[in-house]
Amino acid sequence: MIEVRNVTKMYGGKPVIDNVSLTIPERKITSFIGPNGAGKSTLLSIISRLLEKNSGTVMIDGKDISAWNTRDLARKISILKQSNHINMRLTVRELVSFGRFPYSQGKLSKEDWTYVDEAIAYMELTDLKDRFLDQLSGGQNQRAYIAMIIAQNTDVILLDEPLNNLDMKHSVQIMKVLRRLVEELGKTVVIVIHDINFASCYSDNIVALKDGRIVQEGTTEQIIDGTILESIYEMPIPIEVIDGNRIGVYFK
Amino acid sequence: MKAKLTILIVLAIVVSAAFVLVDLPSNWDYALPRRLKKVAAILLTGGAIAYATLIFQTMTNNRILTPSVIGLDSVYMLFQTFIVFVFGSMSLPSVNKYLNFGLTTGLMMLFAVLLYRFLFKREGKNLFFLLLVGLVMGTLFGSMTTFLQVLIDPNEFLVLQGKMFASFNNVNSDLLLLSAVLIVLIGLFSMKYNKYLDVMALGREHAVNLGVPYQRTVKQMLLVVALLISISTALVGPVTFLGLLVVNLAYHYIGTYRHSLLIPASIGISVIALVGGQMLVERVFTFSTTVSVLINFIGGLYFIYLLLKESRA
Repeated sequence: MIEVRNVTKMYGGKPVIDNVSLTIPERKITSFIGPNGAGKSTLLSIISRLLEKNSGTVMIDGKDISAWNTRDLARKISILKQSNHINMRLTVRELVSFGRFPYSQGKLSKEDWTYVDEAIAYMELTDLKDRFLDQLSGGQNQRAYIAMIIAQNTDVILLDEPLNNLDMKHSVQIMKVLRRLVEELGKTVVIVIHDINFASCYSDNIVALKDGRIVQEGTTEQIIDGTILESIYEMPIPIEVIDGNRIGVYFK
Repeated sequence: MKAKLTILIVLAIVVSAAFVLVDLPSNWDYALPRRLKKVAAILLTGGAIAYATLIFQTMTNNRILTPSVIGLDSVYMLFQTFIVFVFGSMSLPSVNKYLNFGLTTGLMMLFAVLLYRFLFKREGKNLFFLLLVGLVMGTLFGSMTTFLQVLIDPNEFLVLQGKMFASFNNVNSDLLLLSAVLIVLIGLFSMKYNKYLDVMALGREHAVNLGVPYQRTVKQMLLVVALLISISTALVGPVTFLGLLVVNLAYHYIGTYRHSLLIPASIGISVIALVGGQMLVERVFTFSTTVSVLINFIGGLYFIYLLLKESRA
C-alpha cells in the first residue's frame, strides 16, 4: 500500500506540490487527472523516488521510501515516464530484458527470460521482438516500454501518460492490458491521464489535482460528475451515461 | 560478437608482439627491455583511457564527450607551465619525475574531488551542470596556461613543449610500476559497478526505476574516471582524445550495448591504435612526430565524421 503524507515540492520557492496527503488503494487502477501544471507527473515522480521532495513522507508497505533499499524497491514499484529516449540501439527483447535487472543484476536466468517473453506476449509484440526500437512506430515503442515494466513484475506500477501519442486502437489496448494486470495479476496501477473518458471507463478511483493540491478524490462514479469536473477544469463538462459508462461531452 | 572480440584481442597481441620483436637488433639486451617498457606503458594508459572514456560516456549518456571536458588536461598543462614559469625548467619539480608525477596526479585528483564536492553538495546535483563548470574551468586554466607560455623564455618553452604531447619514449620504469599497481587497483574497485553500466546507459530515470543506486554510482565512477585520467596523463602526457576515437570504434565494431564486451573491445582498439601509432612514429616517421599528433589528427577527422553523421540523423 502507498501512503503519501504531507508531501511538498518547491521549484524556486514556489510549491508545485503543496502539502499533499493521499492513500492509494491496492489492486485498483487509480487515475490522476487535472489541468496542465497541476503537479500530477511531479507527484508520480516523487512517489517513485525519481524526484526528491522538500518535505513529507511517502510510505510503501509501511516503510518510508528513503529507508528502502533501492534494489528491493525496484521489485516493489516501477515507473514509466512519458518521454523515453534512449541513446542505444536496442531490440524490443533486449529492452524488455532490462525489466529483469532488479532480480538478475544483468545475468538473466531461464526464468527471467520466461518473464521477458511473457511480457512481450502480453503486449502483443511477439512478432516484433527482434526489431530495433528505432524501426518501430511511437505506439509500438510505447508498448515495448510497458512490456519492460510488466517484466519488472512489481506490485505497484506507475505510468505517466501511457496513452501519449497513441491512436484510439492502441489506447484501448493499453487500458485493457492495465485492467487485466489489476484483475488477473492483482497489481496496483496508478496513471496520470488527460482523457477523462478513458479515466472514467477504466479506473476504479480518481484523484483530481489542481495547483499542486488534491481538490477531489473518490471513486470514479463520484468524480465523473458534471459539477465536480467543472470545478476542476473551469469549463462545463456535461456527463452522459452511454452503455453504463459515464462520458464527458465537452468538445463543443 | 564474441568472435569479433577475440579477433580484436588477438590483433592487439600480434601488434604488440610485432612492436617488440620486429627489427630487434642483435644486441637485444638493450633494446628489448626498453621496448617492453614502452608496450607496458601503452597497455596501461591505452587501457585506462579507453575504460575511463567509456564509463564517462555512459554516465553522461553522450557519445561525443571525453573526460577532458571536466578540465583535467588543462590542470595538467597549467601545472607544468606554472612550474617552468616560476622555478625554471631545471628546477626540482620539473626535473624530478617522482615529484612531478606525485604533484600532478595529486593536483588533478584534488581538482576533480573539489569540483564535485562543491557541486554535488548543492541543490540540483545535476551532472551536466558539473560538466559545464568543468568546461569553463578548463577554458580558464587553458587561457592562463597560454598567458604564462607567452611570457616564458623561448628555451624554457621548448622543454615545456615536450610535455604538451603524449610520449612513450622515455617512461620511467618505477613510475610505470606504481601506475600499474594504481590502475589495476582502481580497475578492481570499479568492477563491482560494471553491472550497473548497461542500465545507466538507459538514462537516469530508467536506472533509478530498475534499482541502480544512481547517485552513488555516478559519484564513484566520476572519481574512477578522474583517477585513471590523472594517472595516465601524468605518466605520458595528455591523450584523452584517443578515448573518444576508440570507444566509438568499439561501439561501431561490436554493435552491442553490453559493457562486458565493450570494455575489453575499447581497450583492445586503444592498444592497437597506440602501439600501431607508436610503430608508425618510430619506424616510418623516424620520430619526426609524436603519437599524440597522429592520434589527434585521425581522431579529429573521425570526430568531424561523427558530427556530420549525428546532424544527418
